[in-house]
Formats: sequence, structure tokens, C-alpha cells
Amino acid sequence: MNGCRVDELRPGAATHGIANMKTMFQKVWEQHEVVPETADTPAVLYIDRHLIHEVTSPQAFTVLRERGLTMRRPDRTLATIDHSSPTRTDQIFGGVPIAIESAAEQIAQLRKNCAEFGVELFDLKSDQRGIVHIIGPELGFTQPGQTIVCGDSHTSTHGAFGALAFGIGTTEVGHVLATQCLLQRRPRTFAITVHGALSPGVTAKDLILSIIGEIGIGGGTGYVLEYRGAVMRSLSMEERMTVCNMSIEGGARAGMIAPDETTYSYLKTRPRAPQRAAWERALAHWRTLASDADAKFDREITLDGSKLEPMITYGTNPGMVVAVSGSIPDKRNDPVFDKALAYMGLHAGARIGGQPVNVVFIGSCTNGRLSDLRSAAQLLRGHRIARGVRALVVPGSQQVKKAAEAEGLDRIFIDAGAEWRESGCSMCIGMNGDTVGSGDYSISTSNRNFEGRQGPGARTLLASPLTAAASAVRGRVTDPRDFLSG
Amino acid sequence: MEPIRQIRSRTAVLPYTNIDTDQIIPARFLRTTTRAGLGQQLFADWRYSADGAIKPEFALNRPETVGCAVLVAGRNFGCGSSREHAPWALLDYGFRAVISTEIADIFRSNSLKNGLLPIEVDELTGQWLLEHPGAEVAIDLDSTTLRLPNGNAVEFPIEGFARYCLLNGVDELGFLISRQREISAYEQGTRP
Repeated sequence: MNGCRVDELRPGAATHGIANMKTMFQKVWEQHEVVPETADTPAVLYIDRHLIHEVTSPQAFTVLRERGLTMRRPDRTLATIDHSSPTRTDQIFGGVPIAIESAAEQIAQLRKNCAEFGVELFDLKSDQRGIVHIIGPELGFTQPGQTIVCGDSHTSTHGAFGALAFGIGTTEVGHVLATQCLLQRRPRTFAITVHGALSPGVTAKDLILSIIGEIGIGGGTGYVLEYRGAVMRSLSMEERMTVCNMSIEGGARAGMIAPDETTYSYLKTRPRAPQRAAWERALAHWRTLASDADAKFDREITLDGSKLEPMITYGTNPGMVVAVSGSIPDKRNDPVFDKALAYMGLHAGARIGGQPVNVVFIGSCTNGRLSDLRSAAQLLRGHRIARGVRALVVPGSQQVKKAAEAEGLDRIFIDAGAEWRESGCSMCIGMNGDTVGSGDYSISTSNRNFEGRQGPGARTLLASPLTAAASAVRGRVTDPRDFLSG
Repeated sequence: MEPIRQIRSRTAVLPYTNIDTDQIIPARFLRTTTRAGLGQQLFADWRYSADGAIKPEFALNRPETVGCAVLVAGRNFGCGSSREHAPWALLDYGFRAVISTEIADIFRSNSLKNGLLPIEVDELTGQWLLEHPGAEVAIDLDSTTLRLPNGNAVEFPIEGFARYCLLNGVDELGFLISRQREISAYEQGTRP
């Protein structure tokens, strides 16, 4: 950095004269440096988009009030209600009070904060409301090349558009509210390339579970991931979001996929995407974002997508994962393995297929989009959910719900015996009372199988919507390829 | 925030890797609009049975860990969600520092902003600490040194600006606000 004047590092300016050697992360980072980092101070990084929700924002607004501060750019912030909100229709639209008083208070507090500071809020009855990471992309609020943050670790989802998107704590939420900036040290870069093509029945969820199984749940700590290769290019935007969503489950705060024609055609018709001349300008910029051919990453791994299978977790973190057709590994005497299996009530070396399940949850910011519901419905059509199994289907947003109902997916779920709910985080995190009973097995399309994640004592098996649907029909962990082959 | 210079304490040890924020404070306790009083729910599902009874075998329920200000845990402590309630709960309970061979990114960032020291040590030191619960350790933030009762002293990494803020009781928001001029210039000179 010696000899560089600060204004040479401003967006659009060349840095160091080294052309064609930058990663996508590096480009987006440098374009958002208000003040570059030095040995003594982190970079001041500009934040284009800020998403807030009821759970991690109240204490940040309190700090603003205590210090007599205003919001710098309320126009760059969107608020929604998702984490603690009910999914029962009568509690949202029917005038029935929200069952959990503390949740109702948190929602009321968000309303008050948004009104006072001028933030646009999608309130409980809004047809734009939904899980924060579903509505950003759906609206076209999420765009390539942006910096996007939210007080939620699954903000990595938005990286599917080639944005630098990461989760922050509540203190940092306050920093963004007050200054539209964050103090950040530059992370390292990690390229994950997946060649080949996914086989039938193998989904984006299986892909990311395989990647986490490969790198481990701390493998991405300190890195921004870039997912590359033929498999990533072949994925739809919704599938790319599923992959980027779980970057944090590999320890990485952010995961990115370079934008391409798939990205642009997804965005083109979104209500908050740039229009007309602004679209053309944006497109020209977005086309410059992909990592240069000679860009160097701090770490790289390569996987063969053709060899991947439907995956499912057996333990208490997302890295404890096996093929649905496989067996739980035998790592007895490893205290963490033993503790996890004791919690799960499963046995080393046993086949995971055939394990009885009590609850099936289809939804969340990982797998609560329209294509996820379609794939589950396609499998469930004409089937009944096994006796004694409770199945809950929760669309990721009210727009997803509306689109699914327009296609009749709700009827397929209801006819199969599932509950069809209003949108929200629901049973992924269990804050709104949608929980799994102690000791019960839940096959869930969400992102975390930590102890108690879906309720105290709940035992979570993470899998794709296809695997969840197949398991719902049989009442046991089932390889979805059993259904696909006829 | 109060300046932090030195912490001397016995250690409490949780000998598990990958302790996630859902264990540190389960999600059902996040339905709050303040940061106060979360220490009661710290490690709630490990400390209490479903009926609320104390689990006497859990490390933090044993008399020898009462008053310990330093928590030692296995690799990848604080993984999972971005909830700042995790460091708030640890601080409210009485912890001032967490030691592990690896600390998850968001948890580390959140801890530094609240005056909870996230201290990463090498494998040997981490192993020694896990095997010696109750060890009397001394953490010096000025020299970024952790002293063990066996006479060993190890340096620990900590981001320089965060260290400056902690030593001087300065918060980062004040620093960001002092850069208003640069922020305005950036906003005027760039894409919408």
C-alpha cells in the first residue's frame, strides 16, 4: 500500500497496476472501501443493503436512542418479521393474539423502531413479508456486486448473486444503522470448485452438505468462499441460494457465486431491480465482477459433482453427514462423536436409511423457496404421509406461499396430510413455538442440527426437500431415488 | 465500556469441540428486547433438566467453577448463529475471557465489541488447559500474553484496533462516526 494515495483505491480505480488477477471477493471489497485497512485500523467498509428483523435489532435501536443518533440511510434498510412470528393463519390474519407474549412484544418493538427511524417494514399482514433471506432476492433488493449485511448468520445466502453478504452481531447492526459502514479486516479467499453434473435425486442441499462434510464445520473460518465449476453454473438461482446459505455451516461468513445469465434473468423482472437505462448500466458493471482467470485464492479444493449422493446428517452439527444410502461412521471413543450419538440416540456403524422419524419440516431460508416446495410436492403427489408422522410445510415468504397456492402445491401437501402454514423461520429455530418434542426425530430441510435447535431434546436430521418428502411417506429415512426410479 | 488490561482467574473447562451458539444460549431465550440478565440462561439445556432442576454433573454447576472468569473450551467455540446474546450471556454470567484453539468468526467479532476476550491458543496450550480445569491463569492484554501456572507464557493474536479499543475503553462506533467526511465522499462518488 506504500505510496498509494487513498483516492487511487476508490471504486473504479485500478490498484497496483495488476490487471486480470483479482477474485470476485477482492473486486467487491475494494469497491466498498471507504477507508482501506492499515496495520492499525480495519477497513471502513460501505454497506449497500441492510436487512433487519425483530430478534437481533432491538438492542441496536436502543443504542441509537441512548446516544441521540439518527439513521444515516434508512433507504438502504428493509425490515421484516420472521424469526419469532407465528405461522398459524389465525394469529396473523384472524385477530387471534400471538400465543407467545415475548414474541408479540419483540414484534411490537420492531414496529415502533421502524416507525420512529423511518425504516420500511413488511409487517405481519404484508404480502411481501417473509424470511429475510428469501425476500431480499425475491424483491430484487439483493443485487450482484453489493455488500449486504443482516443480524443473521445465513445472510451468506445473498452471495448467490455475487454479492459480498455476511451475518453480523447486534452491535454491528447499530454501526450500520448509524453510519452505513462496518469496520472489517479483509478475510482470506477459498475456492470450492465442483466439476461434472449432479445425478438425478441429488440436489443443491446434498451438494452443500457434501461440501461441509468435506471441509468440516470450521474449515471455512476466516475465509470468504467462492463456489465455482460446471455444477454451480448449472444451478438455478434458488439452488445457488441453498448452497451459499450454508456457507456459515462450514465456518465461512460469506460464500459467493459469480453472476451470469441465470442471475440476470432472475433479477430482470424483480420489482426493486434497476429499470431501463439503470438496468443496462448495472448489467455492464455486473459483467465485470467474476474472478479473473488468473486470480489466486488462499485455499482451493475440487470435488466431482457426478459422485455425489443424497446426503443426511446423523449427528449434532452439519459436518456430521453421510449418504442417505450409507452408514453412520464408527468413531467411538471420540468424546464429541460419542456425545453426539448419545444425544441423537443413534449407533455407530448403523445404516441411516430406515431410521424412524416423527416430524418432517419443509421450509427455512435454506429450502423454503418455490422450487423446494415443488420438488417436495412432486414426490408427495398421490401419496399419504405415514401414520404418526407430523409434517409441517412452511413457505419462505408470503410471495412463495401465493405462488405455491396458484400451482396447487398447498392441496398436494394438505391432501398428503401435512400442515400448510404462513411464512417464517418456524421450526428451523423453534422461537415461535413450532418445535419438535424432546427425543423425537425430525427430518428437516433447514440448516442446523445442533442440540436443541428445533426444541429442547429434539433430534434433527438435515436433508433435502426430496429426501424429507420421501421419508415423510415411509415414516423412515428414505433415499428419494427409491421414488424417482418408479 | 470499562478498559480491560489484565484478567486473573481460575478456569472453567468445557472439553467439547464445536460448541455452538445454540448451546451457549438457546434460541427460545432470544425473545427479548434488552441485553440484560441473559446469564441465567447461559448453557441452559446443559445446566438444567427439562423440569428446571440443576444437573449437578455439568461443569458450571460444580462448586469449583463458581467465580471463574475464564472459560476454556475445545476447538471452534461459538460456531453457528450471529446472536450477540451469546457473548452477552457469557459476560452476564461472569466470564471475561474464552480460550480455545479456534474461535468462530462472528462470535469473536461480537465478543470483542462487548469486552469478552476471545483468546486463541496453539494445540499444546489448548490441550494443557483442557486437561487442567481450575488452573490459575493470567491474561495480559497489553502484552497479549497468557500465563499458565506451569510457568509457560504464550502470546495470543488479537486484532490490533480491537485491542486498542479494549485497553482504552473506546468503542468502535465513535471511530466510525469520526469518519463521516469520508463516508459522505464515498456516497457522493459512487454507484447508487
